[in-house]
Amino acid sequence: MTIIDKTADVPAPRGSNDESGPLLEVRDLHVEFHTRDGVAKAVNGVNYSVSAGETLAVLGESGSGKSVTAQAVMGILDMPPGRIPKGEIFFRGQDMLKMSNEERRQIRGQKIAMIFQDALSSLNPVLSVGYQLGEMFRVHQGLSKKDAKAKAIALMDRVRIPAAKERVNDYPHMFSGGMRQRIMIAMALALEPDLIIADEPTTALDVTVQAQVMDLLAELQRDFNMGLILITHDLGVVADVADKIAVMYAGRIVETAPVHEIYKRPAHPYTKGLLESIPRLDQKGQELYAIKGLPPNLLHVPSGCAFNPRCTMAQDICRTEVPALRPVTEQDGTELVGRGSACHFWKETIHG
Amino acid sequence: MGRYVARRLLQMIPVFLGSTLLVFSMMYALPGDPVRALAGEQTVDPQQIAAMKKELGLDLPLWHQYWNYLVGLFQGDFGTQIASGRPVADIISEAFPITVRLALFAFIFTVVVGISMGVFAGLKADTLRDRGLLVLTLLLISVPSFVLGFLGQYFFAFQLGWVQPNVSLEASSDELILPAVVLGSLSLAYVARLTRTSVAENLRSDYMRTAVAKGLPRRRIVGVHLMRNSMIPVVTFLGTDLGALLGGAVVTEGIFNVKGVGYNVFDALRHREGATVVGIVTLIVVVYLVASLVVDLLYAVLDPRIRYA
Amino acid sequence: MPETLKETPAGTSAEVTAPAPAAKVGKPRSLWSDAWHDLRRSPLFVVSAVLIFFLLVMAIAPGLFTGADPRYADLANHYLQKPKWGNFFQEDWFGYDIQGRSIYARVVYGARASIMVAVIVTALVTILGTVVGMLAGYFGGWIDTILSRVTDIFFGVPFILGAMVVLTSFEERKIWVVILALAFLGWTQIARVARGSVLTIKQADYVMAAKALGASTTRILLRHILPNAIAPVIVVATIALGGYISAEATLSFLGIGLAEPTVSWGVDISSGQEQLRNAAFVLIIPSVMVSITVLAFIMLGDAVRNALDPKLR
Repeated sequence: MTIIDKTADVPAPRGSNDESGPLLEVRDLHVEFHTRDGVAKAVNGVNYSVSAGETLAVLGESGSGKSVTAQAVMGILDMPPGRIPKGEIFFRGQDMLKMSNEERRQIRGQKIAMIFQDALSSLNPVLSVGYQLGEMFRVHQGLSKKDAKAKAIALMDRVRIPAAKERVNDYPHMFSGGMRQRIMIAMALALEPDLIIADEPTTALDVTVQAQVMDLLAELQRDFNMGLILITHDLGVVADVADKIAVMYAGRIVETAPVHEIYKRPAHPYTKGLLESIPRLDQKGQELYAIKGLPPNLLHVPSGCAFNPRCTMAQDICRTEVPALRPVTEQDGTELVGRGSACHFWKETIHG
Repeated sequence: MGRYVARRLLQMIPVFLGSTLLVFSMMYALPGDPVRALAGEQTVDPQQIAAMKKELGLDLPLWHQYWNYLVGLFQGDFGTQIASGRPVADIISEAFPITVRLALFAFIFTVVVGISMGVFAGLKADTLRDRGLLVLTLLLISVPSFVLGFLGQYFFAFQLGWVQPNVSLEASSDELILPAVVLGSLSLAYVARLTRTSVAENLRSDYMRTAVAKGLPRRRIVGVHLMRNSMIPVVTFLGTDLGALLGGAVVTEGIFNVKGVGYNVFDALRHREGATVVGIVTLIVVVYLVASLVVDLLYAVLDPRIRYA
Repeated sequence: MPETLKETPAGTSAEVTAPAPAAKVGKPRSLWSDAWHDLRRSPLFVVSAVLIFFLLVMAIAPGLFTGADPRYADLANHYLQKPKWGNFFQEDWFGYDIQGRSIYARVVYGARASIMVAVIVTALVTILGTVVGMLAGYFGGWIDTILSRVTDIFFGVPFILGAMVVLTSFEERKIWVVILALAFLGWTQIARVARGSVLTIKQADYVMAAKALGASTTRILLRHILPNAIAPVIVVATIALGGYISAEATLSFLGIGLAEPTVSWGVDISSGQEQLRNAAFVLIIPSVMVSITVLAFIMLGDAVRNALDPKLR
């Protein structure tokens, strides 16, 4: 398994075209938005990587930069107002930020696909789902209308939409929320991409449907051996499907870990807070924990550690020095593979 | 769908009757007397006038006159002009094609130029070219069409000599270009603004982001995904606009001396030729009603979310 | 009509896009104070407000702008005398018309008739249209069916053509005749907008809450529906005001609007068209005045709409 780069300044070995390297590698990515009120720094030096067959969960509140990072990877950032002043995004060893628009377009949909949160608004309301699915084959593979439709039906079957043949000419609004999200998944899957980015794929769905959709996604990922970046703010969703987790706050990754370890021993106060704010059956009657304060304003990110105004452990150093993402070790110094924390007091957090 | 069309057609009947009755009663219930107008300044024997009114059925109560008119209408009889004795149907069949041609030219001009301008601006909202379009459309909306007509006449006919100031009796197509541009300019401004807003709004929508994420080429993203959605409100507007263009032609025809419907309405109004005025307005109302029905049906084709109840 | 179509009536012209005022939850500022905040910063608003202020002053007190008499004709000395562009605010600034009357004075005095017609027509149309639209939208059922059909009937008759029919019937076209004719035919647009707006507001939770609390229908209509539904009406009315100025001028141009001895821009445009070839300024100057006034009101309407409906930006 590939490990998330431990620090921003140590360059990771450059990925190559062979299958052993990571599929996607984001290095020191910065994204900012130029607005009327100033420059909003949405992403401030993010590093992560995903290999084939691996699932990376990116966790964070809205405004943490998790979606913006994904959009930058996908190449669908609105530029302007968005801008990428710094960073690299390697896909199979090639920096996509240096590619021409046409090269990037060839990757989108074919190699990297994306699933959006709100399938109703993300599907074109005036085109039939069959058309929208078939479009992938017609544009990228030059299939005829008829063949594309047949492929669309097969896809709908694949994501287990009942009566696919009859429903292929229906419009998005005629489907239920769960079915619509299946269509989104089918569309992302159409050309069997190497990597799928799912941006809160289940947030808009009913809880019962959420599990079904998540299971489907996980199953398909296994079958096609795809890399998956799962963006979410829901720790519950992550536990079953993800291999590793990156927690984001104010445009930075504050903690990385293999999935199960983070639940047991978080190494960042923010992660800890997130975990404690999950309602639990065995704590019935107790007051639910909530992280104090509000997510930072990206126009005025607090100096030092961006989390310091909300942190229970904050000291003076937290207000002045930005903590780097450092490897996390056991008390005796043995390395915890894949773990990192951007907290001055990670030791106290994990072991204290 | 079939039931919906049937219901709409049924609904058109009261609106049609109402509109014609409205025009009819405005024409006949208000002061002003066609027979007296015929005599002009001369003094005429009141008895002679009464006899003539009786002959024309103008002495009947209003509702009766309207009934007679309707009965005639369904037999294809639009009535007869009092002064010339010509059937109104003749006059309409002579004048209507000219006006329809003028309105169609204006319509095409509106659609082609208006939509292109709107898309051009909407794709780059809040840039210089968008602002430029806003200013241009504001000017087009603000300058009354007769002023625009005179300006066009002044520059293109008197100053540049490219066209004749007045359109000839045959009203050949090339002669109608300038009047059509003048007639269409107001609608053009509306269409351009509506398209611009619609395009700019849809450009920000989630499904456009999806289209990009699907790796579609730009011309397909704009041409299929954006346009299919953006054209819905524009088509709606254009449908009602066709009727408005026919109505607006009255003014344009006046300036360029086109012998179309407007000219005839104007002439008929001056001589209180009720049948002619009502006939022509009725036709325009019918065109308007049919156009809005077509638009509603087209709306359903363009937007599958619309369901007819 | 299909349900969705009803809410965006096919006939509403381009300027009425998505009128629903956004209910801003959690914001202390109201829609109106928010709008005012935005308005003051909008160049569109500032320019149009200044223009309208001057035009209104001109309409109320033309004597402030010129000492000349708009009806004084000096055919012998001033027949079609060309404008003297350097003589700001002087009698001969804009030249003289075919009867030797000062065009500048006529343009100043003409503001009153033109603006008065437009303002009163707009007021009448807004009141009538809002009442009809609110009743149709709020009560629905057969009231809606009847009122909507009546609206359709009036909407079907082309505006200028209808006004022509009404106006030719009157021998003497006093200013109120023109006003009533325009108002009689013009209210439908507002009614449609108001109806659509009320239909949306009717569904709002606070209206439901008021109903549940047992508020009377009158109270719900006046206290809850009206203030929230009025925003798009105001926008359309402002823009329509410009349209009525243009309509008055158009009717006068056709020779069936206001007539001499009334001083109005339309009257001057009507008489100026004879000299288009040799003295275009006689026609162009009042035309420019009409255009500027219409422009000012349309810009104001645009600015107000932008302020009330931030979604459109």
